[in-house]
Amino acid sequence: MITFTVNGETREFSGDPTTPVLWYLRDEMQLTGPKFGCGMGQCGACTIHLNGVAQRSCILPLAAISGSKITTIEGLSENGDHPVQQAWVEHKVPQCGFCQCGQMMQAASLLASNPNPSDEEIVQNMSGNICRCGTYPRIHKAIKSASKTTAGVQYYVPEKTGETA
Amino acid sequence: MSNNFDVTRRDFLKSGAAVGALVLGTCFIGAAPRVMAGVLAQPSESARNANLFVALRPDGIVEITCHRSEMGQQIRTAIAQIVADEMEAAWDKVVVIQGKGDPKYGDQNTDGSRSIRYNMQRLREMGASVRHLMRQAAATRWNVSLESCSAEQHLVTHSSGKTLTYAQLVNDALSITPPKIDSISLKKRSEWRYINTAMAHIDLKDIVTGKATFAADVLEPQALIAMIVRPPVVGGKVKSFDAKAVKAIDGVVDVVEIPAPQGAPMFQPKGGIAIVAKNTWAAMKGRRALKVTWDDGKHGDYNSQQFKENLLATVSSSQKSVRELGDAKQVLAKSNNKLIADYYAPHLAQAPMEPPCATAMYYKDRVDVWAATQNPQADMATVSAMVGMPQDKINVHVTMLGGGFGRKSKPDFSAEAAYLSMKTGQAIRVQWTREDDIQNSFYHAVSAQHIEASLDENGAIEAYLHRTAFSPIASTFQEGATTPMGVELRLGFTDNPINTPNMKLENGEAAGKTRIGWMRSVSNIFHAFAIQSFIAEAAHKAGRDQKEYLLETIGPDRILDVTQEKAEYDNYGGDKNIYPLDIGRLRHVIEKVAEMSQWGRKLPKGRGLGIAAHRSFLTYVATVVEVEVSDNGDLKIIKSWASIDAGTVVNTDTVINQVQGGSIYGITAAISGGITFDKGRVQQSNFHDYRVPRMSDCPLEIDVEIIPSEAPPAGVGEPATPVYAPALCNAIFAACGKRIRQLPIGDQLRA
Repeated sequence: MITFTVNGETREFSGDPTTPVLWYLRDEMQLTGPKFGCGMGQCGACTIHLNGVAQRSCILPLAAISGSKITTIEGLSENGDHPVQQAWVEHKVPQCGFCQCGQMMQAASLLASNPNPSDEEIVQNMSGNICRCGTYPRIHKAIKSASKTTAGVQYYVPEKTGETA
Repeated sequence: MSNNFDVTRRDFLKSGAAVGALVLGTCFIGAAPRVMAGVLAQPSESARNANLFVALRPDGIVEITCHRSEMGQQIRTAIAQIVADEMEAAWDKVVVIQGKGDPKYGDQNTDGSRSIRYNMQRLREMGASVRHLMRQAAATRWNVSLESCSAEQHLVTHSSGKTLTYAQLVNDALSITPPKIDSISLKKRSEWRYINTAMAHIDLKDIVTGKATFAADVLEPQALIAMIVRPPVVGGKVKSFDAKAVKAIDGVVDVVEIPAPQGAPMFQPKGGIAIVAKNTWAAMKGRRALKVTWDDGKHGDYNSQQFKENLLATVSSSQKSVRELGDAKQVLAKSNNKLIADYYAPHLAQAPMEPPCATAMYYKDRVDVWAATQNPQADMATVSAMVGMPQDKINVHVTMLGGGFGRKSKPDFSAEAAYLSMKTGQAIRVQWTREDDIQNSFYHAVSAQHIEASLDENGAIEAYLHRTAFSPIASTFQEGATTPMGVELRLGFTDNPINTPNMKLENGEAAGKTRIGWMRSVSNIFHAFAIQSFIAEAAHKAGRDQKEYLLETIGPDRILDVTQEKAEYDNYGGDKNIYPLDIGRLRHVIEKVAEMSQWGRKLPKGRGLGIAAHRSFLTYVATVVEVEVSDNGDLKIIKSWASIDAGTVVNTDTVINQVQGGSIYGITAAISGGITFDKGRVQQSNFHDYRVPRMSDCPLEIDVEIIPSEAPPAGVGEPATPVYAPALCNAIFAACGKRIRQLPIGDQLRA
């Protein structure tokens, strides 16, 4: 039995421990924020937070998250108003939007550890996340703008057990 | 704001009729459109009679149907902007309904950068007719003249000052006959409040909270997951397979063979073995455990290196003439100042971020499909053939698309899901992996081109010969086809803008040994690469500035009609009187982008500027790229600039976003390793060996200016892509003196 939390809710899993977290979140919990883009940690569409740090959930087995806190975009903020989400709206970043949950989770993690990243640090930190629509210039600007309003990532943790944000 | 599925829509139409909603369409459009005539050319006659596009509910909410697929170009927003503007709807009362596949909408094939071009006029007229009906209803109720009533933001106001809301007028309007074409008036441009503004994406909030519904996010019906092991060679099939180990995996429900396609590939599934499982991970494990032996068929010999040599050999000798003026060959034969260059570009895969995915539920009298499709009517046809049921029994619901770029107008994935649902009796979601996507795409064609020109004593091109050969899209639809469909040549080849007295354009045959398809801007990509690179090469040979030489080479302002030069040209289906090939507009975007980028400024050592301009999808784009190349050959794109003349535009921010994104998509052609084949098999499999641009490959600033225009709307989604690779390669030459004629750039800068 593997025990962990997802967006504040305690979960238990007794199936195949090699199952990637991505498929647990999507298939078992119907969380649609983390996306499947490559299945080998190359594109970042599946990015979630493991104890507050960005991870690729498509290659993270459930066996590795015992006792950990998982956060998805659904749990990043209560009303979609995390500074990163606000900056994404302000700069009209998304085109198709498929990669953007992963991009925002990566950006939120970056700002949590480095609230005022340089241009180059943003590039280094975000280059593992692919956007085929090519929204990189706007992602970069949105992170710069969010860095002025955020001092560390603030999680929304649902109070009631069973609520998944 | 977003409601992606047709379920609500159907419910509404049923219940709506009972409670008296006003549902309007374009049924009153009979005469030729008066404004921007010709824009309506393509939608079918039945679409004009469709009563489908706008519904005003008794509570005042306006439901606007978007019949085109949303894949990041923000068409859902643009369609709502057009209708809501003309009907004077308040924006917070607008809901967009995604239309399912249905021929009564007319064309739904969301590619070719034509959603606005085909639909703007009829959507405006429909919106205006609702505004007219609201005014008429109020005038009747008040017993005053129509002229004394004005409509603004969901409110009709009489000249006396009294008002009625649209919601209060719905019931009255139901008994009014919709106006004739002549009695409605469209707004003047100066009265537009939504059109030609930068309004935010109507689905933006859903996207940033993870709530937007892409294909794999469809939760109802609850589906089993299928993953498919497909023949690695196009035309190949399963010889034998062993699924014992697969069936032993916990969660695997079934193993189903999908039949090999017959005849030309079309949009048919490739066949193969499907593993059906209760969850995705079980399906993934199942596919790894499957043992298959293949019969490769005739394309098992496809080798990209060999094919490249063949293509280059083809373009080295005379081929079929496509366009001819003067006598280029004779001038070239006598010339003592010639420039000769061969260009090559490999296959590419569209690789949208969302791999293909569809859910299907087969019933005995219908099939329901939910798919990330660019062309739901093609899903209807392909699924119909696959399961043997009439097309009108195939209900195709269109989800949000996680990128399309042409891949998702080929609905093989929907047919796979429908077939598996028919065979298993269960709802099935077919999920493609990235490996599936990279190795089973409909690829951008591999191409080779040969150009020679004679320069006169002033350095001007006095004769120009250009041959192109590429695996044709035609081969996907006609087995063994080796010559392109006409349209493939008209994408940037036939409409070459070079102004010279002697021009000869030729096309050589080439086989299609995999599935060839279209990718964002299609053959414009390699044609613009060759032409715009060659012009810069000629500028260098003539000792001239790239930009000045480019302007001189395309010549003075004029309308170019290539059909006068023994050429066939369909002008993207646009009437040449309305959408002429206007060299003046091409010159204008060049001059604009030169000004934006401060062309001609002094640059530090190792830096360079490159320029390219091209008309595609009836739109004119010029771009300037600034690069830095280090002594050991490291390339960095510093910044780029683009100017676009797309005629009338609906959402200015979308245009800027599409030009920025289209530019970066163009970097794919330059830096990607491309798709290569050996023994008929694709040698790349995922993003580690099929490189696509990352933030570190891209400029952080792409400045875009839209040329203000009242010309009819042209395309926006694709035209920024073709110019990028040549501008980049011209910049590289300016920076370090290395000329890139073969893509990708790879380590050519390190040599």
